[in-house]
Amino acid sequence: MTTTTKDPVVVVLQMTGANDYLNTVIPFTNGHYHDARPKVGIAADKVIPINDELGFNPQMGRIKTLWDEGKVAIIHGIGYENSPRSHFRSMDIWHTCEPDIVGTEGWAGRVIRDLDPRGENVLKGVNFGQGLPRALALRGTPVTSVSSLESYGVLSSVPVEAERDQLLDRFARMYSPTVGTGPVMDYLGQTGRDALKGADIIRSAPEQYSSTVEYADTPIAKYLRDIAQVYLADLGTQLFYTQHGSFDSHFNQPPMHTKLWTDISSAIGDFFDDLAEHDTGDNLIMVLFTEFGRRVKDNGTGTDHGAGGAAFVIGNQVKGGHYSAYPSLRPDDLTQGDLEPNYDFRGLYATVIEKWLGLDSVPIVGGNFEQLDFV
Amino acid sequence: MTNREEIALMGHLMRRAGFGGTHDELVDKAGRGYEATVEDLLNPEQFEPVDEELLYRFMPGYEGALGPPLNQADWVYRMINTERPLEEKMALFWHQLFATGNSKVDNPPELTQQIAMFRRVGLGKFRDILIELAQNPAMIFWLDNNGNHRGAINENWGRELLELFSMGVGNYSEDDIKEASRAFTGWTIGPKIPRNPLGRFYWNFEYRAEDHDDGEKTFLGHRGNFNGQDIINLVVDQPATARFLSRHLYNFFVADEPQVPSWNITPPNDPDAIDQLVAAYNESDGDIRFMLRVLFNSDFFKQARFSRVKSPAELVISTARMAGNFSQPRPGFNSLAFECAYQGQELLNPPSVESWHTGSEWIDGGALVRRVNFAAGLLGDVSLPGVRSMVDTLRERGNLGPDGLVEACLELVGPLEVSEGTREELLEQARSDGGIRWDTAEDCAASEKRIGVMLALIAASRDFQFA
Repeated sequence: MTTTTKDPVVVVLQMTGANDYLNTVIPFTNGHYHDARPKVGIAADKVIPINDELGFNPQMGRIKTLWDEGKVAIIHGIGYENSPRSHFRSMDIWHTCEPDIVGTEGWAGRVIRDLDPRGENVLKGVNFGQGLPRALALRGTPVTSVSSLESYGVLSSVPVEAERDQLLDRFARMYSPTVGTGPVMDYLGQTGRDALKGADIIRSAPEQYSSTVEYADTPIAKYLRDIAQVYLADLGTQLFYTQHGSFDSHFNQPPMHTKLWTDISSAIGDFFDDLAEHDTGDNLIMVLFTEFGRRVKDNGTGTDHGAGGAAFVIGNQVKGGHYSAYPSLRPDDLTQGDLEPNYDFRGLYATVIEKWLGLDSVPIVGGNFEQLDFV
Repeated sequence: MTNREEIALMGHLMRRAGFGGTHDELVDKAGRGYEATVEDLLNPEQFEPVDEELLYRFMPGYEGALGPPLNQADWVYRMINTERPLEEKMALFWHQLFATGNSKVDNPPELTQQIAMFRRVGLGKFRDILIELAQNPAMIFWLDNNGNHRGAINENWGRELLELFSMGVGNYSEDDIKEASRAFTGWTIGPKIPRNPLGRFYWNFEYRAEDHDDGEKTFLGHRGNFNGQDIINLVVDQPATARFLSRHLYNFFVADEPQVPSWNITPPNDPDAIDQLVAAYNESDGDIRFMLRVLFNSDFFKQARFSRVKSPAELVISTARMAGNFSQPRPGFNSLAFECAYQGQELLNPPSVESWHTGSEWIDGGALVRRVNFAAGLLGDVSLPGVRSMVDTLRERGNLGPDGLVEACLELVGPLEVSEGTREELLEQARSDGGIRWDTAEDCAASEKRIGVMLALIAASRDFQFA
């Protein structure tokens, strides 16, 4: 199958819980790194070098393959000023682009609104996961949220498989336009019919899908496989969102972090293999982010909350390489023991929004921020 | 003998003043009488509180729970199992009005304490509630009053106290905000120990006289060396406060109003009702119990059936109560807490201090699918005890034709009033399946299945979205 529309597509993969930057892109020749990480540091001979100073986590072999093909951009030192080191607050800031006030509107929700101002495609933005992250929350902008593609649908919870089609017909008629019942009833009817339509359309994705790629049996692989199916079905979705975690490795970090990156790296490798098998993917980029990095010095078994982190952008059309700079690890340069962020995350969003999606980023991220050249 | 109308009215009262009632409960309460039941609701202390010893023995993680979903599950358990439904409903009301969120507070045990405070004082005088609120550590941190210092005011609490918690926009000046903020300098919390590496600590309210600006202030036209308490005393005497609180009570208990931010330009849907509540406020010195007595006994309340879109918490809790598999501490409450969040109301973590928008704004495509699937999944499952008891009730009524089946099912889940279109669809379903019969084992099995499908379809209807 070939993709007929060439609208740009973004897949956002949120690494929830604060991924440890230092053990993901490892400054393996830097003495400060090894000094600070007596317990959870990764030995220089274990890392996968990507240049003379930096190497990937040993579990990131599949991402290294994409890196070698020039498809991976690393955005170093990403964050924002006065990082609060609270998961909830920090994720909120990443979701709403509001570091100073408690915001309610999500940046991705605004992107979907601007991609489809009249709300013609209920699948313009699709979240895979439970509930809607605040990044996608925007009044009046419908976003479909799918916890599992196979079982997604209206009345999927009712334990009477045989009559499901009949029940859905009844549901459609119960939600059909009625005269004189008032605006709230009308709105409910419209929303119900839209949901039914979205579910009907999205159900066609697994029916059309076939692939020789066998994804791993992990939650993130399952979500990325679901995303691949919807993407390949060409339903007009331009923003996919999903998450994996928790990366909150205060305790016993090495096995935990190893497992997380084994799962993410293999899922991403499978995902891009799948697109390659279908001879497509040129109009898609994947953005990986986390709310903040972790403390430079380990706590004897794990790492505590830090500030600056790393984001990744992956895709066939991405200009791979290093963007921004790895913040200094010299103890004198740290702020409260943490890396000082040197690149504002809103610049990453702005780059994706303007250079990839072709939208005006200023109203979406709330100002002008330095953009990068990875696309 | 109670008639259908009395039971329907009792269903309405219990949906609003609590989290709904099973058919048997409604029959009992209707027998006791409407006004007597209102008094029971308004005087919760005569009923046993939730047995915390039992709860924490089975669910030790709930006690001082350090984060979602356990702290939310603790509250969900209480909302389902309380014998003091209005006490718990008022805690939800105040939580929605004084919206305080974990996104910033990042101290779940403190939020749990705030809800416990609402339980304790939520039916008292508005003045006392505001004072408790101003001294509540989670609120102080949420609105930065710990950063409100003599000579360097932070207006966050002062502003929201007037704008969101008492008077509403347009009823005070920017200078009033500044002067109120000065009066609340020195109202702070301690100990503020950093979260890492030692974890979270309970905070306490602390009044620091040395950080309090004791100078003269002018607030709402009054002059004096006001402290925070004086500001609240002046605020609760404002006509705007009586009106604003009355409108909130109406919006929460009676019928959906326009969204709160538009209230200064959009008049109430029922100005007479608001006037009655304002009069009750004035007559009782802002006594919430007194106001609610007027509200629940009023005609405007009794006539306002199914005129509010259920909040996610109301939908989840009332449906879980009805399906009835949550009457003991056991695993499963976490998923109900998550369900509230997935439907758009993450308890203890409102989107901002402006709280959740209500009414039709609870509904979007994702939320509606979740609401429908959640409610239909529970009510369609005849193995759950609450649904079983509905099946048993129907069985006692013997064989029923299609019309009888639809009527009886609607009666057992509300009684629920539905539109003609919905009723027609339910009847079509019943006619295509046939009614219910209990003569043979085969009849019984088929009838149970039909009841399950009928209840699921009712739960999936537009009409079921309303309380």
